[in-house]
Amino acid sequence: MALLELKDLHVALEDGTEIVKGVDLAVDLGEIHALMGPNGSGKSSLAYALMGHPAYQITEGEALFDGREITELGADERAQLGLFLAFQYPHAIPGVTVTSFLRSALNALRKARAGGEEDPVPVPEFRNDLLAAMEHLKIPRELAQRYLNDGFSGGEKKRVEILQMALLKPRIAILDETDSGLDIDALKIVATGVKELVGPETGALVITHYQRILNYVEPDFVHVFVDGRIVEEGGPELAHKLEAEGYEAFTPEGAEA
Amino acid sequence: MALTETEIVAGIGNEYKYGFHDPEDYFFKSGRGLSAELVAAISEHKNEPDWMRKFRLKSLEYFQARPLPAWGGDLTGIDFENIFYYIRPTEKQANSWEDLPPDIKNTWDKLGIPEAEKKYLAGVGAQYESEVVYHKLKEDLESQGVLFLDMDSGLREHEELVKEYFGTIIPQNDNKFAALNSAVWSGGSFIYVPPGVSVDMPLQAYFRINAENMGQFERTLIIVDEGAYVHYVEGCTAPVYSSDSLHSAVVEIIVKPGGRCRYTTIQNWSNNVYNLVTKRAVAYENATMEWVDANLGSKLTMKYPAIWLMGEGAHGEVLSIAFGGKDQHLDAGGKAVHVAPHTSSIITSKSISKDGGRASYRGLLEVAKGAVGSKSKVVCDALILDEDSRSDTYPYIRIDESQVDIGHEATVSKIGEEQLFYLMSRGLSEAEASAMVVSGFVEPITKELPLEYAVEMNRLIQLQMEGSVG
Repeated sequence: MALLELKDLHVALEDGTEIVKGVDLAVDLGEIHALMGPNGSGKSSLAYALMGHPAYQITEGEALFDGREITELGADERAQLGLFLAFQYPHAIPGVTVTSFLRSALNALRKARAGGEEDPVPVPEFRNDLLAAMEHLKIPRELAQRYLNDGFSGGEKKRVEILQMALLKPRIAILDETDSGLDIDALKIVATGVKELVGPETGALVITHYQRILNYVEPDFVHVFVDGRIVEEGGPELAHKLEAEGYEAFTPEGAEA
Repeated sequence: MALTETEIVAGIGNEYKYGFHDPEDYFFKSGRGLSAELVAAISEHKNEPDWMRKFRLKSLEYFQARPLPAWGGDLTGIDFENIFYYIRPTEKQANSWEDLPPDIKNTWDKLGIPEAEKKYLAGVGAQYESEVVYHKLKEDLESQGVLFLDMDSGLREHEELVKEYFGTIIPQNDNKFAALNSAVWSGGSFIYVPPGVSVDMPLQAYFRINAENMGQFERTLIIVDEGAYVHYVEGCTAPVYSSDSLHSAVVEIIVKPGGRCRYTTIQNWSNNVYNLVTKRAVAYENATMEWVDANLGSKLTMKYPAIWLMGEGAHGEVLSIAFGGKDQHLDAGGKAVHVAPHTSSIITSKSISKDGGRASYRGLLEVAKGAVGSKSKVVCDALILDEDSRSDTYPYIRIDESQVDIGHEATVSKIGEEQLFYLMSRGLSEAEASAMVVSGFVEPITKELPLEYAVEMNRLIQLQMEGSVG
């Protein structure tokens, strides 16, 4: 069984509107999956629902993490199990520095892993890891003392999301349109960073509209997502086909044409 | 005080950590209620000069003649006849913690005061009920002529200096509660910093109420002479009782030309204390006065630290935090009065309300005719944590001079579900995530605090938050 398994998963908004209409997907450690789809297909809603956003309800099917049903768990508990979401639009937390936020988050995860006992990361270790990861992602040092996402450029926000992933070391990371708003140099750094973070301890689900990021992330599996469903699956070649032909072939209108 | 991060987190879950009380084994305790006989008895007990006895008795008349303020919070619940106005816990003041009765010493240990004194304070005064039971100043400051005494000792040992300034910044009939304090005051601090002397580490006073229905009326007078500097910090806590206590202090500060005074308060009374305090400073030429005023506890607080900018180039700042939780009403803010030309002031207020609590900003900015070239900026931000809570802003502005530069900004925000989700998706619990947003909201003020107090503030915020979303 894969670490993250979705079986016939349905997601609806609070008003009952169904956005995700039955998804089967399995993501395991060491794997990179790309979920590609046009705007408005429900990709981000799926990501929010998996992370536990209260406005996106799982109404049917199963969401299993390490064999455990996570539908009833809060976002914090899901994070503590090792699930991570890199946000498309990360929120600003004025007055809280990147450093202080990361240390609190890391300590919350360590506490959960230690069965509820305090296990704070030693400060020198944290500092070394943070500075190394920042350098690797070409994040200027001064950003560490700025308030989280407050006044950050789009590119800075995305890099800091990956910085969080690097330090919090999730087992499954969902990356929601991490490529949007990045120029080609930034895209390369971020995508390469993601690629390097995936390994025996980590798997990833990369949600994107464009094939561009996949040149650097190099997915093992590609899933085409249209109107709340996976309509086609394959290897990396599928992404290239999509880039060349567009999503029309997979939309209901396209199929009829 | 100085807590490690582990201790901070370990403290989460205790609603109010300081609600314990000691058995009463007092040297002297007055009966309940207020009368001219009681006021005279306090003065006699303290062996005061005649002028002070008369000052007290006159003040009592003013208190009795004035009605309760009809604005601010609901004061009708105060039963003035049920309060103990004077309790002297020990016969003598100690200058070693070991000399205190074990219960009282134990309380200070629990509050972390002796430890803080060792680590980062230049002097400590510890008031328990009506009297300062422990007092000490570092010897090198004493030899530079710095005076740091409890107010009663100040009056005994430096009567002329006290007489010159006492009641001049806040007249005895300034308001009903200033009149009450003037009648029954006891304890508080008397500080004098000689010209050019800079007191690099903070002086701290800590105020503890222990008895039920206690009235604590400390009186503080700080004189910072030319070019001198001092940072004074006060903290306060009380036991949790089902009936109310009253804390009504008066603080007067004089900052002479080129001097600078910072006065920091971390108010954490239990939720059965009425906290009605008058604080006012005057700043002369090129002097700086800063009030850092954090209010987290009490049933009702009404407190608006004021700065009168009397000399050209004087600068004043008020940084105010009010955090009103369940059954709390915090009416706080600040006042800046520009009397001289080219004076400047900044008032920054952060109000937080949750669990049906109420936090208000009430401020006054006044620029007198002739105070040309004065500048002022008032920023008040409110953060409301749930639908049941309330925040109000009452900014009064009176400008009688046209050549001035005045700015006023106000924002109100609600804690966002999206912000909480973002933080929780990183593994923080809802309480931890909310506390982080609130700590960030008040950060412009906590960053002004010495590290130990900033840590303490954040810990108190976490404790406040735990009540709502635990």
